[in-house]
Amino acid sequence: MTDYRAPIDEMRFVLSEVAGLGRVAALEPYAEATPELVEAVLEQAGRLAAEEIAPLNHPGDRTGSVFENGVVRTPEGFQRAYRHYVEGGWNALPFEPDWGGQGLPWALAIAVSEMWNSANMAFALCPLLTMGAVELLQAHGSAGQKSLYLSRLVSGEWTGTMNLTEPQAGSDVGALKTRAVPAGDGTYRITGQKIFITYGEHDLAENIVHMVLARTPDAPAGTKGISLFIVPKFLPDAEGRPGRRNDLRCASIEHKIGIKASPTCVMAYGDDGGATGFLVGQENRGMEYMFTMMNNARLAVGVQGVAIAERAYQQARDYARQRVQGRALGSRDPAPVAIIGHPDVRRTLLLMKSQTEAARALAYYTVASLDLAKAHPDPGEREHHRTDVVELLTPVVKSWCTDLGVEIASMGVQVHGGMGFIEETGAGQHYRDARINPIYEGTNGIQALDLVGRKIARLEGAPARAFAEEVRGFLRNGSDAGDDLPAIREAVGEGLAAFEAATDWLLESWARNPVEAATGASAYLRALGTLAGGWLLGRGAEAAARRLAEGDGGVGFLKAKIATARFYADAVLPQVGANAATAMRAADSTLALDEAWL
Amino acid sequence: MKVLVAVKRVIDAYVKVRVKSDGSGVETQNVKMSMNPFCEIAVEEAVRLKEAGVATEIVAVSCGPQQSQETIRTALAMGADRGILVQSDEALEPLAIAKILKAVVDKEQPELVLLGKQAVDNDFGQTGQMLSALLGWSQATYASKIQKADGELTVTREIDGGLETIKVKLPAIVTADLRLNEPRYASLPNIMKAKKKPIDTMSPADLGVDAAPRLSVVKVTEPPARQAGVKVGSVAELVDKLKNEAKVI
Repeated sequence: MTDYRAPIDEMRFVLSEVAGLGRVAALEPYAEATPELVEAVLEQAGRLAAEEIAPLNHPGDRTGSVFENGVVRTPEGFQRAYRHYVEGGWNALPFEPDWGGQGLPWALAIAVSEMWNSANMAFALCPLLTMGAVELLQAHGSAGQKSLYLSRLVSGEWTGTMNLTEPQAGSDVGALKTRAVPAGDGTYRITGQKIFITYGEHDLAENIVHMVLARTPDAPAGTKGISLFIVPKFLPDAEGRPGRRNDLRCASIEHKIGIKASPTCVMAYGDDGGATGFLVGQENRGMEYMFTMMNNARLAVGVQGVAIAERAYQQARDYARQRVQGRALGSRDPAPVAIIGHPDVRRTLLLMKSQTEAARALAYYTVASLDLAKAHPDPGEREHHRTDVVELLTPVVKSWCTDLGVEIASMGVQVHGGMGFIEETGAGQHYRDARINPIYEGTNGIQALDLVGRKIARLEGAPARAFAEEVRGFLRNGSDAGDDLPAIREAVGEGLAAFEAATDWLLESWARNPVEAATGASAYLRALGTLAGGWLLGRGAEAAARRLAEGDGGVGFLKAKIATARFYADAVLPQVGANAATAMRAADSTLALDEAWL
Repeated sequence: MKVLVAVKRVIDAYVKVRVKSDGSGVETQNVKMSMNPFCEIAVEEAVRLKEAGVATEIVAVSCGPQQSQETIRTALAMGADRGILVQSDEALEPLAIAKILKAVVDKEQPELVLLGKQAVDNDFGQTGQMLSALLGWSQATYASKIQKADGELTVTREIDGGLETIKVKLPAIVTADLRLNEPRYASLPNIMKAKKKPIDTMSPADLGVDAAPRLSVVKVTEPPARQAGVKVGSVAELVDKLKNEAKVI
């Protein structure tokens, strides 16, 4: 096992040079986010993550959460760590000051969230779900609901859950059957079963606020007939303290291949006549409300992909430095060397490092636009950041970053050799933990469909063209010293051409036959992610070169940024062309095969 | 009771320290720096004294380069009220720091000065004692417990082979040992508040202190690398080696 150290230099660099946190901090609501504050926040959050939360990761995987007599016990140490987290005020970081939030930018929140998730993804899921509940209530709750629930959820004193899935209603949420019947007093009686409810029951907080999707008696079929309810585990009394136990219980928890410390619950509502639920907003608008939360949740899951990749990389790098095996290739010295010296191990570590940094760059860049879309004074700018950046890139951050998380964690196992297959090293845990990310919060296949359908075809390619224009801006910058930046620009330029050709194909084929376009959706998304990552690493390299020329003292780090971007340009960016070609070519053969032949 | 806490910026305890190639010292460029762990314990104790209603104001002082401000900010985020940076780019020795602190004490008039028992960079472990001598104040070093009653402090000290409890009259100097407390994590609201707390900056010259070094470093080297071990064939061979080669028995 290796300790986790938050990559603070890298985070600060990406925030300031790639995501442009300065643009965000220049906006009035985010004026607090000065470089000094960002530094202090990253430092202190990094300490808590490294010292209190990360050491629980491996033991938590070993024991998992335990379900007994209707209650869930989280692994040893989780309660203490969660108390530290809440008492430190970390949960409140990005939320509105009206409810006890600190109102800091999401761009900073996402870096801090990366730390919790690198340290211990199974632990960090609990606050992630609470974040969703806070956003739902901030946007759609009544004044009464806000005052009753928000400050407690913002602080983390209570936690939140999202109850969408039922056995027959997974990706197709519209198929859900949970019923909500008006009780006559303004509340509803909720009955039904929900599955895959993360932290649906646990021992970390005194109350759990379930956000439940259900159908009222005369609701229309499908997603248009779904309403959203607050169903607290304990009904708050007049003073807002947890009071009477609500009619809901955890029926069991799942045995999973990863995130074993995170209890994934089957929740039974209304065994004794109906759980008391409080309608959020209006009836039948639940799905619409959910979507306000879901986009941010998708970005947050994308960052989990980055987080697990970072942890796997740190562990593989440290192992490769200390594992001595085999002599150096081409050397006459018979002494064995650390495996980090072997070319293929080196290549593997570079693939891990460069793609982790590319994924982080894209995630932070996208989230910074979330802040700009919210707070920029110019409506045109707000619209640009919302449509051309956040909406276009959210499915890419979710899918591309989480696919990379799995691939990088797999490479981490490989670097460990035989020991990687042994649980004791902990390399395998990252691989198992990473595997959920491409599945939940909308599978990566659904994300690809969202990208090509809603974000490209429906808007006739406008956001893709705006993105291409941004990339072209980078290509036009010039007058570089050395070979690295010209080579990076060339590789990005080739990728851009391939991406634009694939976009043209997509628009044309979607109009003709969406089924055909959809077969290429995942490859198209991968091309866009890989290209965007290379472009942003290139921008980072540009900034690093500028700082070096200005005599910045961080020579080693800055040179590594340039070398890493160059490696990515040489070794990874060619995949943009391959993925674009796959998207354009494989439709016929995908559809030609009869289902029966599979 | 006003409390002065001295905090030092040192190489982070988790960093693997490298000796400079010319042997003049250790590499500090682009190395992660943090507050000396024993200073953290001193700050924590001051904050606890304030929370218990014993201390009224906590002033965090650091002597060092401009970046020592960050270390002071950390102390402010933990709960200190304001900071003083005595800025100097020279390598400050314990005597110079003790003189600077004495000048600050003369200005600030605290009743208690808390320091770490030593800094993990040079391991001198002298500053508190020297400051006590310069001020003519009582000292209680290596403290693992502090209690205040009637103008006196009862301090439990960690000594070789056990604990010693002494009483010292205020004003006093106390240096913190490892087991005095477990320092808190700075909370997010306190990090944000720390931003607005004042830090005064001055130079040793402003305080009338000559901080010029009295010591010169002759050479800094890495500790010798660990030698490979040998396998012995028998107990007799082991005893023989311990006796005649290692000469330990």
